[in-house]
Amino acid sequence: MFIRHEFFEKNAILLLIGTLITVAIGGIVEIVPLFTIETTVEHVEGMRPYSPLELRGRDIYVREGCYLCHSQQIRALRDEVERYGHYSIAAESMYDHPFQWGSKRIGPDLARVGGKYSSDWHYAHLKNAQEVVPESLMPHYAFLAETPIDPSDLEDRMRTLRTVGLPYTDEDIANAKADLVAQADPNADSAKLLARYPKANIVPGNGHAVTEADALVAYLQMLGTLVNFADTNTERLQQ
Amino acid sequence: MADAVYPERPVVYNDAVVKKFVIATMFWGIVAFLVGVYIAAELAWPSLNLGLSFTNFGRLRPVHTSAAIFAFGGSALLGTSLYVVQRTSRARLFGGEALADFVFWGYQFFIVMAALSYVMGYSQGQEYAEPEWHIDLWLTIVWVCYLLVFLGTVMKRVEPHIYVANWFTMAFIITVAVLHITNNVAVPISWYSAKSYTVYSGVQNALVQWWYGHNAVGFFLTAGFLGMMYYFIPKAANRPVYSYRLSIVHFWTLIFLYIWAGPHHLHWTALPDWTQTLGMAFSIMLWMPSWGGMINGIMTLSGAWDKLRTDPGLRFSVTAVGFYGMSTFEGPVMSVRDVNALSHYTDWTIGHVHSGALGWVAFITFGAMYYLVPVLWGRRALYSTRLASWHYWIATMGIVLYIVSMWVAGIMEGLMWRAYDKFGFLQYSFVESVIAVHPFYVIRMLGGVFFLIGGLIMVYNLIRTVTSPTTELPRPNLAGSSVTPNLGLAGV
Repeated sequence: MFIRHEFFEKNAILLLIGTLITVAIGGIVEIVPLFTIETTVEHVEGMRPYSPLELRGRDIYVREGCYLCHSQQIRALRDEVERYGHYSIAAESMYDHPFQWGSKRIGPDLARVGGKYSSDWHYAHLKNAQEVVPESLMPHYAFLAETPIDPSDLEDRMRTLRTVGLPYTDEDIANAKADLVAQADPNADSAKLLARYPKANIVPGNGHAVTEADALVAYLQMLGTLVNFADTNTERLQQ
Repeated sequence: MADAVYPERPVVYNDAVVKKFVIATMFWGIVAFLVGVYIAAELAWPSLNLGLSFTNFGRLRPVHTSAAIFAFGGSALLGTSLYVVQRTSRARLFGGEALADFVFWGYQFFIVMAALSYVMGYSQGQEYAEPEWHIDLWLTIVWVCYLLVFLGTVMKRVEPHIYVANWFTMAFIITVAVLHITNNVAVPISWYSAKSYTVYSGVQNALVQWWYGHNAVGFFLTAGFLGMMYYFIPKAANRPVYSYRLSIVHFWTLIFLYIWAGPHHLHWTALPDWTQTLGMAFSIMLWMPSWGGMINGIMTLSGAWDKLRTDPGLRFSVTAVGFYGMSTFEGPVMSVRDVNALSHYTDWTIGHVHSGALGWVAFITFGAMYYLVPVLWGRRALYSTRLASWHYWIATMGIVLYIVSMWVAGIMEGLMWRAYDKFGFLQYSFVESVIAVHPFYVIRMLGGVFFLIGGLIMVYNLIRTVTSPTTELPRPNLAGSSVTPNLGLAGV
């Protein structure tokens, strides 16, 4: 066996091809079935793409690197379920490009933070976390409330997400800017917004411009709220 | 070609590009340690975040990880691999100076663009794969050129056999290319925008990312640096590699098994159980080739152990292999699902990563740098072995402070999060665990300060090695490239 190893040691291209085949096997066996096995993503009701304001909030969450301190994945362990709520299922991140499960909890898990605190609490907490939770290690994000959302590429973002698989309709994209504004204005008529994006959370806003803080709060307030676990059972959650 | 090879005469190697990489390695090393210390201080004293978007932890943390892995580690790997491949092939770099220089400057440009993009708020939001699509494309071009230079040099070698260090380097280059391209398939929102969305979503995205993430460890931070080990340890010890047979088994089993280990980053999550189990099983198996490699590296010193007293560079390299053995034992333990239930999401993981990053990656690099700088710049010896010893002990103290504090913090967090009181309620709120880890975050930062001080001592020592009259060779140095008539262990 070791004598025949000369074969690879004397031929760079063979060594290269041998290496490629060797490293390809594991990845193929583990990754390909996740795209082909039908039950990998559970069939549950309630999942929908992000509303324009939530989507922009999610982009800000990614931009600021929130995932480096907050996970969004409740593991199927007793203490986690008691602390954070029902364990996360694959369907809940089916529209997430990229996924934000995280790997470290410097702060708590956020997979089901939606509805846990008031929107006012979130605004105050983003501005100065230590004022709300004195022991918190979180940086201050006061600049978010001072930065208006630039809506000019909103349709581009939604179209791109449609390309990679999100079921946005032409109507969703055509109404993107109106929906964005409506979700940050409690006095606006939000019927159409809520028809397109059920359970969307209307955030208080500041009355004149939609800010990045509005978007991030709208995103945080819907996290983990879409699937109604009372309607489902363990059999349907079987992967 | 102008610099055709005449086996009876020593080959004139392209060492100019290696020198540039050595300087870049030093520079980025200090940057990585400095940013690491700063963000560690932010976690101990959050007011240091300053409330500015670009100084907040979330934007600086990728600067630290990219500076450590890609800038410091990458420059070290590219530089040493181009040094080693020339010596062990007895051939000058393929493609001429221009291609090699393009690889150097192209790679540095990638690093600067990536770091700037993070602080400006561009990120793909996936750990160790944060650079956006245009930076990824640029890196792909540079990487293909690197492969060309490396493979071309191997193919024009005069030695009949490809040396074992080069197998590992080649596996590193080609696998990192596959990982990088597969994990970064993304659609930009427009051709004028740096923002893109990955084509993968949710659970599939999670596995592709950790297949990438774990093998960035396996192939960038392990296979590549094993190539460094297989050249510089035998060279500094002046002994052949302990076992040729073991190096063959080590190579093929390591690259086969590593690629399966990714799912252990996703235990108990929404990733299907069968994938988690496969990932765990292969992670445990991975312990064997890892220790095979460790044994091969350490036993190479058989009969030359006395050199550890006199050669601080070799001491770094051998300690690195020791840390490699320790982290590759800890890793499989943490990949066991029930251990992971405790360790995941805690600082234990951070400690584990740093025993690998500081103990293995940085130490093996320091060993190579202490060996290379006198050789490349034609100097008799290091400026000061005493300073190198100081570096060794200060850095080792730093690592011990770092990993021990993170073990304590991590296990404490894990235990607090799952603790129940006598009434069956969760005993601690989350923020109580945040308060409890504070002293350990301070100790961790001090460990980082130690490591940074050690790095600065090394930089001073190496600069003096190049500039001090005390290290000059007794005979005049040949201008430009160093000539090494002793080909040493080429093609053992």
